[in-house]
Amino acid sequence: MEAQSQVVDRLRSSFRSGVTLPEQFRQTQLSRLLSMLKENEEKILAALHDDLAKPKFEAVLSEVELVLGEVHYAISNLRSWMQLEYCAKNMATKLDDCFVRREPLGVVLIIGTWNYPLQLVLSPMIGAIAAGNCVIVKPSEVSPATDRLIAELIPKYLSQDCYAVVSGGAEETKALLQHRFDHIFYTGSQAVARCILQAASVHLTPVTLELGGKCPSVVYGRVNIVAAARRLIWAKFFNAGQSCVAPDYVLCSKATCDTLVPALRAALQDFYGTEPQTCPDLSRIVSQKHWTRLVELLEKSKAKVVVGGETDEEDKYIAPTVVVDVAEDDVLMQEEIFGPILPIITVESLEKVIDFINSREKPLALYVFSDESSVINTVLEKTSSGGFCSNDGIIHMTLPGLPFGGVGASGWGSYHGRWGFETFSHRRACMMRGWALERLNGLRYPPYRDDKLSWLRWTTRTNCSIM
Amino acid sequence: MEWQAVQQAREVFLSGRTRALEFRLQQLQALQRMITERETDICIALKQDINRSQYDTPLLELIGIENEIKLALEKLTEWAAPRPVEKNLLTMSDEVYIQKQPLGLVLIIGTWNYPWAVTLQPLVGAIAAGNGAVIKPSELSEHSSLLLRALLPRYLDKDLYPVVLGGVSKTQELLKQRFDHIFYTGSSSVGKLVMEAAAHQLTPVTLELGGKSPCYIDKNCDIRVACRRVTWGKFVNCGQTCIAPDYILCEPCIQGRVVECIRQTILEFYGADPKSSPDYGRIINQHHFNRVMDLMEGYAPVVGGQSDASQCYIAPTVLKDVPPHSRLMQEEIFGPLLPIMTVSDMDDAIHFINEREKPLALYIFCSDKKATKRMIEETTSGGVTVNDVMMHYTLSSLPFGGVGQSGMGNYHGKHTFDRLSHQRACLVRSLGMESVNLVRYPPQDRHRARRVRMVLKSSLIDLSKRTFIWAVSVSIIAFGLFITLLVILLIASGLNCTCWYWRGFYN
Repeated sequence: MEAQSQVVDRLRSSFRSGVTLPEQFRQTQLSRLLSMLKENEEKILAALHDDLAKPKFEAVLSEVELVLGEVHYAISNLRSWMQLEYCAKNMATKLDDCFVRREPLGVVLIIGTWNYPLQLVLSPMIGAIAAGNCVIVKPSEVSPATDRLIAELIPKYLSQDCYAVVSGGAEETKALLQHRFDHIFYTGSQAVARCILQAASVHLTPVTLELGGKCPSVVYGRVNIVAAARRLIWAKFFNAGQSCVAPDYVLCSKATCDTLVPALRAALQDFYGTEPQTCPDLSRIVSQKHWTRLVELLEKSKAKVVVGGETDEEDKYIAPTVVVDVAEDDVLMQEEIFGPILPIITVESLEKVIDFINSREKPLALYVFSDESSVINTVLEKTSSGGFCSNDGIIHMTLPGLPFGGVGASGWGSYHGRWGFETFSHRRACMMRGWALERLNGLRYPPYRDDKLSWLRWTTRTNCSIM
Repeated sequence: MEWQAVQQAREVFLSGRTRALEFRLQQLQALQRMITERETDICIALKQDINRSQYDTPLLELIGIENEIKLALEKLTEWAAPRPVEKNLLTMSDEVYIQKQPLGLVLIIGTWNYPWAVTLQPLVGAIAAGNGAVIKPSELSEHSSLLLRALLPRYLDKDLYPVVLGGVSKTQELLKQRFDHIFYTGSSSVGKLVMEAAAHQLTPVTLELGGKSPCYIDKNCDIRVACRRVTWGKFVNCGQTCIAPDYILCEPCIQGRVVECIRQTILEFYGADPKSSPDYGRIINQHHFNRVMDLMEGYAPVVGGQSDASQCYIAPTVLKDVPPHSRLMQEEIFGPLLPIMTVSDMDDAIHFINEREKPLALYIFCSDKKATKRMIEETTSGGVTVNDVMMHYTLSSLPFGGVGQSGMGNYHGKHTFDRLSHQRACLVRSLGMESVNLVRYPPQDRHRARRVRMVLKSSLIDLSKRTFIWAVSVSIIAFGLFITLLVILLIASGLNCTCWYWRGFYN
């Protein structure tokens, strides 16, 4: 088995050779990625089921189709993304060619995580390939079946000189981070992100951090409670609540809570039946360790369980659970839940809702359920978050035109669609001047004079459009 | 007391004072007034700091800041407006757009070579994006820092943009506070420390660093003009510019000519005794003077070489046949020493450049457009100017920044606004049309799954204005053509219409 340093060196010399630069090469690799997904869908679904008991529907929707969509989008748009971008000029540069060139960074490292183990590794990889980089991918060891599958398939379909998979746990990741990369893309927790940033600072490596946090879900004002409950349930319990953009907790008034809880119960019954543990459409918790963490949260919490609460250790099962009477300092409100437990916190005014949200770290996503556009607009204007979606959950991340990423403690940088391409590119400013007009240049040379200065002020005035 | 000022800035930001565009425009206008009204004071401060000539100051710093402010004033409404993006079938009736939001409190750490430009240009973007900002100018440009601290609160909002003075330990203390973005200009070694400190709070950074910017002069070019431009760029601010051409690469056959042209140009610009020229600067302090002098040790210059420690004066100096392993070729010079290293041809130059760290700027002097294009394609750098030096910095529509060891992130014009904003993805849906959503809910079956796949595969609809106008125009044209075709067919079929118009036509 190749040592990490050999892998890094090999990819670096491939990058230096320039093989990834032509559009044709990148298109070919993206097409092969497409074939890889299409020809191995059954294997992929099986691996995801092994790791997370992921229902086929969820796996298809949130992993396979999402990645297929990204590849298609990149293939269709790559040429336009690679075009030179001509810029507005001023008087002094009127006759010059001024443009921005997108260039690959070099060898990039993508560290995935376990909740969407395929998507969170391949989606950034698409952007990195499209941008012309060589890529090392480090899937999460917590989802071992998908990790093994990725390690098997990538070398089979993509150029082995330019793309490699490195597997392993925390020690291997630490060792990998000692090497020099030209960009590190990390999805995961804040604690690990700090270590990654420390390692990146040694080499001045730019990073993209897709982290998490507690995504608030506001239900306020006049609202179609049945529709809101269904969408909330869908977004929350998708992948058994193990999504970085899952609604973490609900904020609503007491009166709304009283109508919301029965609606949530009804929606849960519609979706997963009366015995959710037997329903094939519900995932499981990824590992014993995470199951224990969630069960302990439930046990330590002083909140009241109104729906669900059942657990089964052997099956790593936790029933879709709703809890009320949650205090602000309850253990459920201390960290990101990342599981199928939905706390409802009652707050009596919209102002208090906004204060509640703003007194905490900026979340990755913020949701508002309301039929009143004034409520939606107020929350939108007065808060900040990575992304925002009203009257639904998670869906905003399926649109490649929208940048997907966090802000503050929920992360920095973004990807999906063109945003991924830009993340893994360097925008190089180019100005091509001519030899003529040296007299104009004379305005800037010493010996200096007052009149030269006035002319210069005029010629370097704010940009005139090239149109 | 300073930490109180930082805390106060954050509280005022959180109160929402910077949200309104009018407020931001007022602050920018006030900054503009400050530059215009205090130009003389700024020039005096810079003369004291770095012996900058009164012409170099507006030329190198103030005009740039003024242009940035003017552009922001003109374009702010456009920059801050939400940007609609493509939708798919599922989101066709929804609003999908990117909302621009301020990040919060930005820390701007400046440096001493262009103390006003490197603090105020990022500040323009920070203000435009609606942030508060803490400015930490360099202690090495002491007079400028003191003046900045005196002036800023007199013109701008007193709470939102505090200036903090001090040295290394003050900066370290400041870095322990929480910021929403840190914008640092300076050396790569300190850049690493800034990034490491930012890691604790997961604070994003922009690092405008430096490095050795190569300048390749091809034998097929107007050497005389090339050397004039290089001489200007190299010796302005006494070589203390992050994007100054650090060293020259050229073929041995033109080295002599290059030396002569530079010598001529120095004479033209600064006279026979540059020390007495009011247009030639000085090294910032003794430490840097010694550092630059040490770089020259063991090499005999072919032009210049004179120095005067009491004035921190080093003459515009050229050294030829400099070997690649010399100290001069290892670290960024940041002074008025111009080494020339010979290469066998352009390929050799490309190879030399690629063996080294990615520079902040690359300069290519060549009359052959194809060769120039090849050199650009086979190298990388923060930015490139062809047939001149430094000019890519002056155009605010071009993103200015480094790559690799020369930096991360970029700014100028709208790029600063974008860099210091959060681009928030927004999807605004309604609770209606719930029947469409039913396909994605459990319990699942094969038919539902197929329908969802179909919807997700639908091509994206870009309902932005341009596409909409295009679509409507094309529809109108198509309809018009259809009508025209119909009329032609009617005429061609020679139909006898009872219509009075046609009766008139046929008669």
